[in-house]
Amino acid sequence: MKNRLKVLRAERDWSQSDLADHLQVSRQSVNAIETGKYDPSLPLAFRIADVFGLPIEEIFLREG
Amino acid sequence: MSTYKSPAIRRYTIRLAVLMSLYVMLIFAAGWTFRHSDIAGLPAFALAIAPALPIIGVFWAVMRLLVEESDEYIRMLHVRQCLFATGFCLTVMTIWEFLQNYDLVPAGNGGFGAAFFWFVGLGLGAVYNRATMGAIGGSA
Repeated sequence: MKNRLKVLRAERDWSQSDLADHLQVSRQSVNAIETGKYDPSLPLAFRIADVFGLPIEEIFLREG
Repeated sequence: MSTYKSPAIRRYTIRLAVLMSLYVMLIFAAGWTFRHSDIAGLPAFALAIAPALPIIGVFWAVMRLLVEESDEYIRMLHVRQCLFATGFCLTVMTIWEFLQNYDLVPAGNGGFGAAFFWFVGLGLGAVYNRATMGAIGGSA
């Protein structure tokens, strides 16, 4: 699944570690989600949406 | 560096250290007792099984790690590692068994049982995770 995490981080001048701290997960997790190696569960996707103050569909995008 | 430190990994590390310390004590105690006494019957069975208990404890500790890890991505890496280890162990033991069935290798295992190969498999599973996911788990 595609996502806009990198752009959204950049807009806030956050590193992957900063986002990981906000989400209370490891930096490895943020990197795996951001690079599309791992699709987060729905609860984690909602937490990510809450951190950025956006709906999930503005962060995670359909393939193709 | 993220400040996330997995409490599950910390607990696992402590459990592993305790269980491995117990294992070392029990394996030496059992060996010494069997060499220097004429222990037999039920006590002998109990003593022979005693060093296996911390090994079984390690299986429990690994399963608890899977249950207690709150970071879902790290948990997924641990699960992949365990599945790799299980597949590796079953493969090695099955091949070995057939080689023994046709008398191509000696009977017995020379002290290298299923647990040994499962633990080797955990190590290889970490390498597999690194190669395919770019990470091996942990709390960094």
